[in-house]
Order: sequence, then structure tokens, then C-alpha cells
Amino acid sequence: MTTQSHDATSTATPLLALRGAVKTFGPVVALADGTIELRAGEIHALVGENGAGKSTLVKILAGLYHPDGGEFTIDGRPVSFRNVGDSKAAGISIIYQEPTLFPDLTVAENIFIGRQPRGRTGLISRGAMRSQAAELFARLGVPIDPDRIAEGLSIADQQIIEIAKAISLDAQVLVMDEPTAALSGIEVDRLFAVARSLRDRGAAILFISHRFDEVFALSDRITVMRDGRYISTQDTADATVDGVVRQMVGRDIAQLFPKENAEIGDVVLEVEHLTRAGVFTDVSLTVRAGEIVGLAGLVGAGRTEVARAVFGIDSYDSGAVELGGVRLAGGDPQKAIEAGIGFVPEDRRKQGLVMDLSVARNAMLAMREKLARFGIIDGRTERARAAEWSRRLQVKTGSLEYAVSTLSGGNQQKVVLAKWLAMEPRLLIVDEPTRGIDVGTKSEVHRLLSDLAGRGIAVLMISSELPEVLGMADRIVVMSEGRVTATIDRVDATPEGVMHAATASHATAPTVSSQEGAA
Amino acid sequence: MSSTVRDTSTSAPVRRRPWSSLARFRELPVAIALVALVLFTYIQNPLFLSPQGTKDLLLNATIIIILAVGQTLVIITRNIDLSVGSILGLVAFGTGTLFADVPGIPIPVVFLIGLAFGGALGAVNGLLVTVAKVPALVITLGTLYIYRGLNNAWAGGKQYFAGDRPAEFGSLAVDTFLGFPIITLIAVLVVVVVAIYLAGARSGRDLYAIGSDPAAARLFGIPVGRRVFLAFLCNGVLAGLAGVLYAARFNSVGATTGTGMELDIVAAAVVGGVAIFGGSGSVVGAALGALLLTTITSALTALRVDKFWQQAIVGVLILAAIIVDRLAALRTARRLRLSEARDD
Repeated sequence: MTTQSHDATSTATPLLALRGAVKTFGPVVALADGTIELRAGEIHALVGENGAGKSTLVKILAGLYHPDGGEFTIDGRPVSFRNVGDSKAAGISIIYQEPTLFPDLTVAENIFIGRQPRGRTGLISRGAMRSQAAELFARLGVPIDPDRIAEGLSIADQQIIEIAKAISLDAQVLVMDEPTAALSGIEVDRLFAVARSLRDRGAAILFISHRFDEVFALSDRITVMRDGRYISTQDTADATVDGVVRQMVGRDIAQLFPKENAEIGDVVLEVEHLTRAGVFTDVSLTVRAGEIVGLAGLVGAGRTEVARAVFGIDSYDSGAVELGGVRLAGGDPQKAIEAGIGFVPEDRRKQGLVMDLSVARNAMLAMREKLARFGIIDGRTERARAAEWSRRLQVKTGSLEYAVSTLSGGNQQKVVLAKWLAMEPRLLIVDEPTRGIDVGTKSEVHRLLSDLAGRGIAVLMISSELPEVLGMADRIVVMSEGRVTATIDRVDATPEGVMHAATASHATAPTVSSQEGAA
Repeated sequence: MSSTVRDTSTSAPVRRRPWSSLARFRELPVAIALVALVLFTYIQNPLFLSPQGTKDLLLNATIIIILAVGQTLVIITRNIDLSVGSILGLVAFGTGTLFADVPGIPIPVVFLIGLAFGGALGAVNGLLVTVAKVPALVITLGTLYIYRGLNNAWAGGKQYFAGDRPAEFGSLAVDTFLGFPIITLIAVLVVVVVAIYLAGARSGRDLYAIGSDPAAARLFGIPVGRRVFLAFLCNGVLAGLAGVLYAARFNSVGATTGTGMELDIVAAAVVGGVAIFGGSGSVVGAALGALLLTTITSALTALRVDKFWQQAIVGVLILAAIIVDRLAALRTARRLRLSEARDD
């Protein structure tokens, strides 16, 4: 671990310094040691895996979260933000990944809301507002009409408007949270040109990105975070991609999540050259009976989208999905269920469960037609089956009649699993199965998945947590920017290898292993 | 990535597009409908626009206009206040009670008490909505019944009649200035003041921002709770004003005064182009909507259309207003896409 000393590099007082910030939500520690130091006139990159605590740190800077501990100084003076207004007043502007403009207001008003220029009457002067906005856009070199409403603007234009707002606020610190995730190449260039010119005028820019090529092209220094903790800060000139990746993933994963060996059977799912324009391209993968295939990649790599297309929620443009050798018609989840696919979505509260219904009703939701006689569900059978599955999955609930919203996250996830397992699927797709679940229940969910694979069910597991993927998967398919960049066998898998593939642009996609599964 | 920012600054044309000024007139369709309706009815029945006929039209619209203006403030913030009919009823009955129990009370004092009373009732709504964080639809449905219940308990079977009130008070709804009834001029004043506030004050613009995207408004540091509370408070004050004027305009006030009015008010705002999900619309539009709805009722009477058809026609109008609005929004969206394509 190469934690470089602060003394070697920081001669002057930093413009903004956060040291040892802590933020907890009940038992969950979102940020254990949030440390960042920004100097005037630098672009500072912040990198880390999903869940490393970057967004929590940003929200502290934004005044949205109040840290439970640590020190926070601006220009050497301690500060404590009570709200967003305090953060703004201190000269901090945040550009979120998804800009937050008001769709019904004009572009000019979006820039100046709350501090519109006023005329002699004390009323807002629309003329002054318009010309000031036009001036900002001229400075940024973008042709956006200040009078149009914000609705329907591209993400790139929305970000430019956020930057224009930051400039008009005379922001000293500009935080950009994954600004390039939704941008095309030209738009990225334009954004970077703007960022550099702001830096040259003396602003400090905190740039959060998953794309290493951008991090290394743009930043002056890089700070790495992992598991809610500060790891290191180094000059970009001295840093290497390998070194940064090692720091991002470096953790002992040996004792976590072992999957038990299961007999690998025939191919259950075969996805061939699946393409949906602009979302994912040429995705091929196979999952065999008894096998857990991990679908790894960064948020936004297109993993969930592929899973949704396989399940038929979204359509695809070309390619094919075969289940047990039979081609599946796309775009019809009902058909997918009948063919034997179960889908445990990422957001179980919104997509996996009906929160106000009882545990029993939720658990039997997918098979209500099988339970029904003449269109009416037999309540007694429903409860009996639900009780059986709850027992098998060890769902902890006072009564099966309680609303599922009263359960803990882990137990809710078990109810979702029960819902699909009751259908006796051949393939189970699980999307981020342990997100937001405490560590204890997490391992229970893992044991459960391992157990299912042992019974011959093919499991496709999407996960952003490297340890989970490395521990659970027999094979890892890595996606980046909508393409498969690597397929790695369990024995060859290393955190560095997966992270490299996950951050690869398709031009430099490494091929670590054969595309075929284990024989 | 060699281009610097300043290099391109000369090539940033800020085009003024003709539609952008037109798009702002969301009130246009309802204004056209109003003119067409009045002209058509006038041709069929010239008495419709006689001095007395015009005065009646304006008088009928006055109270609805004031209430629609207040409602617009609330709807713009993506809320709604269904209790306005009950607030009006309480204040109107209170006004009658004041004149009866306090002989010789100055009329301005009655107005002030009425405004404060309405404001207090509106503030209760505002507090419940912002503190309890329950949808305004539910909260104000509750206060609709609570306020009406209070009115029933207070009034019982009692009614106050115009004869109980001083003649100068009643003459507010009879006397005219430049041909306009005094109370109508009060309504016009309300429209102008609120319109200027919404267009020209920073806190007024905040209301649109809140309705447009409440989460973003919080992220921006806009004091969402305080602004929404203020909108409910103002709506209460305006409902109070409408209540006092109701007592001036109509003969009797009692336990049931103002019952069922809330839906007419919301209908007026929606017909006037105020988006029911907040973020856009104007009080001028809402006032025109109120005028259109009351004029239709009068026009259908003048045209001797069966009374039973009148409500159905109002319903058709509401749907028409929404369809016109959707079409206009779609057209704007298409044009925006086209202009986007030109920019690239």
C-alpha cells in the first residue's frame, strides 16, 4: 500500500480539505475515512469501486449529508454545512451524473434560479438574465438557446448548463460525479476543454470517473478509495493504471463466499450475438446447469440491460436467446417464465415485490395462475406453499400474513427468491442479489445461490461487488460499455484482471480466456 | 482536444426562435375559445352583451377567478387544495356573523378579519402538507370535511341575509367603476398582483421550480417547505377574500355556502392551462379559465340549452383543454428535436 505522505506534496494550504470524515446510516458504515484534499488550479480524480464511498463523500461536500466525524476545512478554516445553501455559499458546485434541471423552466432561468438578476423595480429582469446566460454560453462555446425550456435537452447540454451555473456562481470548487458516463466522444472533449480552462483560472476540480483513460488524460492527482476508506493520493504523472487498480481492489477475498462444487451439466442458456442499438453490442454467453456465471462490470456497462433482454422485458435488435436449445421469442416475459426463467431484479422494492402485500402473497405471486382454480386463487394452498418455501429459505418473519415491507432487506430478497424457486426454474437470473443487505444475511443469500446451483439450476448473477463475483462464480463474463470484454474461468480470475476488463474501452479489450465455458 | 474554450466563442449563435415566444402563451387556446363563445352567443342573442348582461357575466366570474388564482399558486407547486369551498363557506358565514353581532363594524375591518381567517385555515393546510409529508390531495380532502363540519356546527340552521348587512357592503357587488363592478376590479387587481409576483419575484419563480421537480429543488437549496407553506397560506387568504366578497354578492350565507366549489376551481385552473402536475401555467390563464367556465353557463342559458347539458359541456371543455395542451407540448417537443438536429 503506497500511501504517500501529504507533506511531500502540499506546500500551500489546500483550498478544500476533508480528513477522516465518517458517515454511518444505522449499522451501515457508508464512509469510514473520507479524506480528500483539493488545491486551487488542479483537476483531482477520485477513483474507487462501486460502493467505495465516493458518492457519500460528494454528498458531504454538497451539504446533503452531515458527517458524523472528521474535519472539514476550506482555505484552512473549519466549516460545517447545514444544508445545500451553505455548500454553495462556500463556493462548491456539484454536477451530478444525471443533471438536475427543472424541465418546465427556460435554460436561462435554470442557471439563475434563486438569484435571478433584478431590474430597478426589484423584479426579475428577463432581458438581463437572457443576456448573461448567452454570455456564459458564448464563453463556453456552446450554442444553447437561453430561452428554450430545459425539457428535452441532451445530457451533454444539461451538463454544460450545470457548468454555466457553476461559473456564474464563481465556484471555487467544481465536483463532477461521473460526468462522462452518458456522453459521446465529442461531448467528452468539449467537457474536458471546459474543465481545463476552469482549472487554468484557478478553480479546483474534483473529477469522479470509472474510465482510466480519462482519469489519466485529465487529472493532475489521483485519490483512491476503497470500502469507504481513503487509500492513497498520488501525482498522476507518477501513477500507473496497474498501480491504481491494485489499490482499488486490494483486499483479502480468500475467506469470502465460497461456492460449493456442483456438477456442471448441459448448456441451459445460450445468448448469441445479442445486440440492442446503443445499449449493448454482440453479447454472447452461455450458462450451464449447476453453474453460476458472474456478469461483472461497472455500473452502466449494460449488464442489467442484457438480463432484461434475455428475460423479455426489453426487446433486442439482433441475436438470439436459447433456453435448453429452444429459441426464445424476445419481448415477452410471460413466455420466458413459462420456458423456465426466473428473474430477481436489482431493485427488489420497486420491481421484485409488492411491498404492501403479505409475505405469502408475494412469495406465490409468479405462480398465481398455477394456484388458481377457475380464475380464483385457493388461499389455503397459497399459504401452504408459501409456508413450505419460507421454511426452505429460512425467511424470518413473524407471520406469513405480515406485509413484506416489514421484513429486513435480506429476508425480502429471500421472498423474491422463493417466488421464483416455487416455479422450479431452469435458469435464475439474479441482479445484484446482495445489494443493501447486511453482511450476515449476505452469506445466507450466497449459500442459497450455491445450493440452487448444486440442484442443477443454471444461475446468471450480475454483481458489481468483485469479491462476490470472484467467490461465487464458476465463470466470469466481464462487460464494459455494452460489450463483453473478457470471459474468465474461476481458476484464472484475479481482481485486477476483472477490473482491467471492466474498465477497458472496446478497442483494447483483452481476451483472457476462451469464450467457451468449462467443459 | 486541442481547441480551447475561447476559440469557439464567436461561433455561438443564440438564435431567437419564433415559437419560443408563442410557446409561452399557453393561455392562447382558452382566450380564443372565450372570444369565440362570446361572439357566437352574441350573434344568436344580442342581449347577451347588453350592459347588464356583461355585468352579470363579470360578477358571476369574480369569485371563481379569485379562488382560481389562489389554487394556481398551489397547483404550480405540484399540490392541490380541495378545502377552498369550505374555507369560503366559513369566512362567508363569519362575515355575516360579524355584521350581525358587531353593529357598525367598519367594512375594511371585516375584510381584514376575513383575510386573516382564511389565511389561518390555509396555514393549517400548509403546515399539514409540509410537516406531515402526506399528499395534499389527502390532507385537503380531510380539511374539506373538517372545515365544513365546523361550519355546520357553528351555523346550525342559521342563515344571514343581505338585509343583515350594511347597504354599502352590498353595493360593492352592485356599483360599477368605468362599467366594471367594484368586486370584479378587486379580482382583476388580485390577478395582476399575483401574476407579477409569479413572473417577477425570485420566490415566485421558486414555486415553478418546485412543481417542475421537487427533488431537484431540494438539491438546489430552494426552501421547498417554506415556499409550499406560503402557497397554501396565500390560497387561504384569497379564499378568505372570496368568502367576504361572497357575502357581499349573494343574499344568504349559511352552513352549506360554497359546497362543491372546489372542483369548479380546479377545473377553471386546468382549462386555463395550469398543468395539474405543477411547474407551468399562469394566473392569467386560470382567470381566463374561470371566466370561460362561468360564461359557458350563462351562454348556454342565453342560447336556451337544457341545463342538464351544461355540466357535460364543462367536462368536454376540461378534456379539450388537456388535449390541446398535450398536442402543443408534443409539437414543441418535436420542434425542439428538430432544432437540436440542426445544431449538431
